[in-house]
Amino acid sequence: MLRRRDAGGRRTPAAPLAAGLLVFAAVAVLLAAALAAASAASDSSAAVKAKPNCGKKPVTMKGYFETGFPLPLKLTQEFTRQYPNVKWSIRQDQFAVITQNAPLVMSGPNAPDLMRLPQLSGLVKDHLLKNLDPYFKAFKWNRFPASQLVQLRMPSSGRPRGVGSLWAMGLNYSMTGVFYNKQLAAKVGMKAAPATLSQLDALLAKAKAAGVTPIVQFNGGETGGLLFPLQDLMGAYGSPTPINNWIFQKRGARIDTAANLRATQHLQRWIKAGYFNNDANATDYFQMMSKFQAGEGLLIFDGDWESGNFDTHQASRIGFFLMPPLKKGGRHAAMSAPLTFGIAAKAKHPGCAAFFLNWIATNPKARRINVIVGGSNPGGPPSLPIPKVKPGSTTSRTLAAGRVVAKQNGAMDFIANATGSIYAQSWTPAVQKLFAGQISPADVLKSVQADYVKQVSGGS
Amino acid sequence: MTDATSSHPVRRTSREAATSRALGAGARDVRTTGWLYVLPALAAYGLFVLWPIVKTFRYSLYQWDGVGPARWVGLDNYRSVFSDNELASSLVHAFELILFFTGISVTLGLLVATVMRRVATRRVGGVARAVLFLPQVVPLVAAGIAWSWMLASDGVVNQTLSAVGLGRFTRAWLGDFGFALPAVGVIGAWVLLGLCTVLLLAGMSKIDPALYEAAQIDGAGAIREFFAITLPNLRYEIGVCITVTMIAALSAFDIVFISTRGGPGEATMVPGLKIYQLAFFNREVGAASALAVVLMVLVLVCILPVQWLTRRDDS
Repeated sequence: MLRRRDAGGRRTPAAPLAAGLLVFAAVAVLLAAALAAASAASDSSAAVKAKPNCGKKPVTMKGYFETGFPLPLKLTQEFTRQYPNVKWSIRQDQFAVITQNAPLVMSGPNAPDLMRLPQLSGLVKDHLLKNLDPYFKAFKWNRFPASQLVQLRMPSSGRPRGVGSLWAMGLNYSMTGVFYNKQLAAKVGMKAAPATLSQLDALLAKAKAAGVTPIVQFNGGETGGLLFPLQDLMGAYGSPTPINNWIFQKRGARIDTAANLRATQHLQRWIKAGYFNNDANATDYFQMMSKFQAGEGLLIFDGDWESGNFDTHQASRIGFFLMPPLKKGGRHAAMSAPLTFGIAAKAKHPGCAAFFLNWIATNPKARRINVIVGGSNPGGPPSLPIPKVKPGSTTSRTLAAGRVVAKQNGAMDFIANATGSIYAQSWTPAVQKLFAGQISPADVLKSVQADYVKQVSGGS
Repeated sequence: MTDATSSHPVRRTSREAATSRALGAGARDVRTTGWLYVLPALAAYGLFVLWPIVKTFRYSLYQWDGVGPARWVGLDNYRSVFSDNELASSLVHAFELILFFTGISVTLGLLVATVMRRVATRRVGGVARAVLFLPQVVPLVAAGIAWSWMLASDGVVNQTLSAVGLGRFTRAWLGDFGFALPAVGVIGAWVLLGLCTVLLLAGMSKIDPALYEAAQIDGAGAIREFFAITLPNLRYEIGVCITVTMIAALSAFDIVFISTRGGPGEATMVPGLKIYQLAFFNREVGAASALAVVLMVLVLVCILPVQWLTRRDDS
């Protein structure tokens, strides 16, 4: 009786079909449009003239850099000052965006001359990167320590890493360890940097007892920051060599070793003891930095790329030490990786880009900018001095720590770099589950190893 | 008679044939003109909807990294969508989001619209409509960021809980395995509530006031009025709300991307985000395409019954 009849707006039987199609099409258009542009570029490893340079004619170099990191921009500005014929057209994106864009950008008609690179293997396998062997020869990069470039070598098949041709260069060579708030350290009675892992355990317990959050760490979203302490613990419990073998995808290498299990169990003990900020699973990198700089925690596990930032904004208030070894006098190990830049195979000015990379490692002004702005070791020939920094500064501490790691041969690449998707797809969910108590240390390593095997065989 | 009766049909037939020929030519002209009008839209639809669908279906049958050579794998990518726990759980999460995006938005929308129709004055009603509709105007990315701040461990949600003595319930909502997905669902419901309310209010305005008067004379109360008059007359609008919100839940991407990126673990992973990760991070274009095809089919499977149940019976 009370039902309404409305003659207008008749139901169209195709409406649900169209709705479904449109949802699908939104996804499909993105996939198809993005991927249609991709086409294999030709591998270019032809010999180059003796020492390429940027010439005298006007050149506009195309750069594709990471947002939020001023170092490459400062270096290009100085380069233009010294070589006024070279101008730069620079596009900047967040690292995650660069990661997803890299194959498309590099295979397109406007491929960058110089580009901040994500994981290399896929790009090498698809012939999108310039082979740098001819430049290695022309610029005599054999004067650089071989260990500096080893992470950037691989065969043209993309694996294993650590051998074969050179495909990229480091703008600098960063290293990770433990930053601490000096004021809070004094409050909890820390007199010197811990010399052993058990001393670090004791420091964390003292901080907890004093009502200070012992460690502020990011672990939210798709960025598992607990990997920093985890890999440092792996370096304390075992040798960096098997870890590097795994990252370099060497045949038979595994991450679920006994030493790594002990390291993961140690991390779990820290989690259970409440040493981390309780919202770590909802904390991103920038929130971690802001909390640490606001004095909300004693330690963070982070890299020396923040040294310059600390020196600028928190002068003399932040200290640094390397992850202590298991036993006193043992080897210090640390994640150490190049800030990877490469030249697209389709680049229009590859010689000038290679000249720029060589200039960064060897020019005194460039090396100074590298240290002051980047806070990391500029690399290059060991005969060249590392630019002086203010004594007692955070940068001076991290540079000194870098020398210790180099001397003790304790450098490891980052376990998140083993494959293109291992970080977001495997490590991050695993350490987030570990933090929430949903998975055992053994299962963390087993699940990552299983994904690794799948990803390596699948080519991702 | 016989001649007349026998010749008449012949004459009629020839006349009809002539008329039919004339009409036939005219109808063909009209049809051709119609097609010409439709052609640009059809071409755009074919190019930007149908062709990508065909291409995506084709991609789904290959293992391909988007750049290198592709390898035919048949239906393997589809098998992995259902056998891979992560992919399958992303589909389950999408259905869980329907409870929030659709359940909360439509139920609350009905409640709010009914209350507004009964008690709000014209001016208050206009302001209330505008306020409720505002979340639709705010870009989803901005909404996601704002909600992330509010749901953070030191955000306004926890501050409020602490202020009213419920401090023991505070947590990092988006970093908690048990609460992250419901928290994302609440954000989606907040965004869609205004849309549903406005749609339902528009539907209510078309209901003949005489029906309510008649019901009141018959002694019906507010609840009886709602179930006897409002709800049946809003069937079509409710159908639209359910359809829109279900599509939003099943194809959710932006809110999840901004607030949790699928974490912690895979607690908030949804098909839209998984497709993006598979295609652009894992570079598994085939698997991403297969999941996209499955998502399209799921959207259709979910929406078709809703459309059928809420269709107008005057067609």
